[in-house]
Amino acid sequence: MHLLEGKGVSIHFGGLAAVSDVDFYVDEGEIVGLIGPNGAGKTTLFNLISAALEPKPGEILLKGKRINGLKPYQICRLGIARTFQTVKIFGSLPAIENVRIGSLFGPLNRLSTMEATKEAIELLEFVGLSDVASAPAKDLTLSSQKRLEVARALATRPALLLLDEIMAGLNQTELLEAMELVKKIQKRGVTVVMIEHVMKAIMGICDRIIVLHHGKKIGDGTPQEVANSKTVIEVYLGEASDAGD
Amino acid sequence: MSDLMVIINMLALVYLGWFVERSLQKNKSKMWLFSGLVVVMLVILFTLPNYGPTYSYIMVTTILMYLVLTVSWALFSGPTGYISLAPAAFFGVGIYTSAVLGKDIPLLAVVLLGGILSFVLAMIVGALTLRLKGTYFIMFTFGLVLLITNLLLWYEIKFTGTRGRFVVAAGNDTIYYVMLGIFILLLITAFIIKRSKFGLALQSIGQNEEAAAHMGINVTGVKVIVFAITAFFMGMAGAIMTMKWTYIDPYSAFDLFRSFLPVLMAIFGGMRYFYGPVLGSVIFAYLEEKLLTEFPYVYKLAFGIVLIAVILYLPDGLAGLVDKIRARIARKKNALT
Amino acid sequence: MEKFLDVVIAGLLLGGLYALIAMGMSLQYGVARVLNLAHGEFIMLGALSTWTLYTVFDISPLIAVAICGPITFVLGFLIHRTMFRKLLSSSTNQGIFESTSMLASFGLMYVISNLAFMAWGPEIRGYSYLMDTVSIGGALFGARRLVTLGFALAIGVAFYIFLSRTKIGKAIRAAAQDPATAGLMGVNINMVLAICFGLGAAMAGIAGVLVSMCYPVNAAMGIEYLTVAIIVVVLGGLGSIPGSFIGGFLLGIIGSIVSFIEPGLTVVAYYAIFVILLLVRPKGLLGK
Repeated sequence: MHLLEGKGVSIHFGGLAAVSDVDFYVDEGEIVGLIGPNGAGKTTLFNLISAALEPKPGEILLKGKRINGLKPYQICRLGIARTFQTVKIFGSLPAIENVRIGSLFGPLNRLSTMEATKEAIELLEFVGLSDVASAPAKDLTLSSQKRLEVARALATRPALLLLDEIMAGLNQTELLEAMELVKKIQKRGVTVVMIEHVMKAIMGICDRIIVLHHGKKIGDGTPQEVANSKTVIEVYLGEASDAGD
Repeated sequence: MSDLMVIINMLALVYLGWFVERSLQKNKSKMWLFSGLVVVMLVILFTLPNYGPTYSYIMVTTILMYLVLTVSWALFSGPTGYISLAPAAFFGVGIYTSAVLGKDIPLLAVVLLGGILSFVLAMIVGALTLRLKGTYFIMFTFGLVLLITNLLLWYEIKFTGTRGRFVVAAGNDTIYYVMLGIFILLLITAFIIKRSKFGLALQSIGQNEEAAAHMGINVTGVKVIVFAITAFFMGMAGAIMTMKWTYIDPYSAFDLFRSFLPVLMAIFGGMRYFYGPVLGSVIFAYLEEKLLTEFPYVYKLAFGIVLIAVILYLPDGLAGLVDKIRARIARKKNALT
Repeated sequence: MEKFLDVVIAGLLLGGLYALIAMGMSLQYGVARVLNLAHGEFIMLGALSTWTLYTVFDISPLIAVAICGPITFVLGFLIHRTMFRKLLSSSTNQGIFESTSMLASFGLMYVISNLAFMAWGPEIRGYSYLMDTVSIGGALFGARRLVTLGFALAIGVAFYIFLSRTKIGKAIRAAAQDPATAGLMGVNINMVLAICFGLGAAMAGIAGVLVSMCYPVNAAMGIEYLTVAIIVVVLGGLGSIPGSFIGGFLLGIIGSIVSFIEPGLTVVAYYAIFVILLLVRPKGLLGK
């Protein structure tokens, strides 16, 4: 059984198919890359999985159980956490409180306040933000804010983590750190799906890559397979070579 | 002389608000002293009818009414940023509960029932409208008050053939004690909510509702329940306050200004602080009692000017100003040593 | 049937006034993002000034339009240049600006209405002007009301032409669509916003002149017209100027029909429409 599976997932915005009839799966322990040109429907697919949107038609299964029609907070408690393309932090709250909110509300089995705080401290260290734990989140740099979102998402104790462009706009050193971070997340036993434009990162750490184009899935395989696929090269790699890094 | 007593009791009320804020902070130094002072303040407040003239506790009752409205308004709207103009509706439900049932059931039961009915109305309104964003939510709550007023007016004229009704009166001291009790219950409730994870949830909703939902917070549930809890207090305040007024009609019961005043008092005092709204409403309620009857236009004009000035130049209100001055004094001290 | 026609005509006459009141508010919200709670006070200013001009200086209300319009424009313009501009620069996002500006406008409402109370007192004022009646399809209507309707239509059309043909009009539309880009395109955005706010205030002022011709007025009248304006603005779609124009007539007709059936329910119907619309279709009947 797959950890996450989508069958014929679709959604239309005013007649325009943003995601159309996409079948996909994610297995436990994988790092899956989700790529495609701008407007391909990647973030929309994340929104569908995390229940910000509801697929019409299509169904999404988590560990074999249908999760369509649930609310975002229920999805979170079932074990799917996410970050956002444009950061959505709790700006006036200290960094540590951002993470604590995740550990207080996210896990299916409630943590005590003490446990939640302990876990928040541990996670800030995990993403390398211990130094700024008490600074208001809005005062952090963009790359720190993205890592804060990762820590906050991990605090909900997910089985599956959806990362939406956490590497956009990072410099070389930061990029390597971020790749390292994703690997470390995998080692914690969390399955990862990541949307990314930075090809180097995608090719370097993903076990498998799914390619979307105009809302349709046009490729699915190991980095090698995707890199060698003719359709993918035609519609995507050609366009993205200058937009990538 | 009686004014001095009023002012002492006002200070006691502000102190209670400040104490709640202080208890929420991590800084636990001198808490034994502050807690001891709370007892003193409570004694001052609860014995006012024993030592003060009638006028003094009637006045403090009015101040308490504004305090209950403002503090409960700020408890929900402060952290979430949902500006509700519905306080007049909840307050009015309490008033009408009292007017309709006042002579049939005991006083405390009436007050409680007024609160419960407001709570129920807020649950319904909240479930329907708390998905509306920003301006739409403000306008809905605004329209709600006017709809209820006019519907009730039409009903009274058409079916009962009267406009307004008499309310069973209660003693001034009784009203004072009940109102004070409601306020203290509100402070305790506010403390519990703010210290619990609900408080954090409310703040996260105000900061970024979408992210809050994806972090496992049942945003609709949290919003509706806290909104309804604050309505409970407003309803109780309306139910007891009306026993002072003896006669009410839809216009006076659902006066829209009771929706705006809490907003203004909270902004004036400083919404980022728990004691800010307490400070704001105590000051404004006092000035209103003093000036409104004698110089109504000047008072309201000044009110408008002060409000604009605070919004433009003091976004954190009086409490923010106090903080700034304290910080400046501390800096001067440091510079001297 | 004839009776029904009378009701509709009466509704149209009322609706013209509503449309004029709402268009100004819609312009202020649609472009400047200020839900101006002091809108009713500008109407009151127009109305009481006209009363003074007519009863003290013997100046015809039709000339008063040419006096009150520009004065309320300048007033609105200056208020935006000082107060709302400062708020705009200190607000971190649009949502915050919308709430704080609305609250500031509430303060403004207090200031203007109480200044008016001090100047004119609380007395209800009225004057007789243009008392002739005109017969339409057998029913008699006051000529003043026809003048009102004429003004509303003329201003509506003139405003439409202004927005679609003139340079400032185009800048206003650009600013309403996308302030950031409009700013980049060389539009002096702060100036455009202030002009819009002033124009909105001027429409209120002119509406006030017309109101004073048809109804008794006093310093406390603002809030009543404010609520009508808010209802129409929501009916037509928040911030949509054509929507407000049509919405005004629609509400006038609805009001006229309801008061024909059950007079006591007219105001109730207004608020019921308002509340239900916000729940079911917050974008308004004509909103996209």
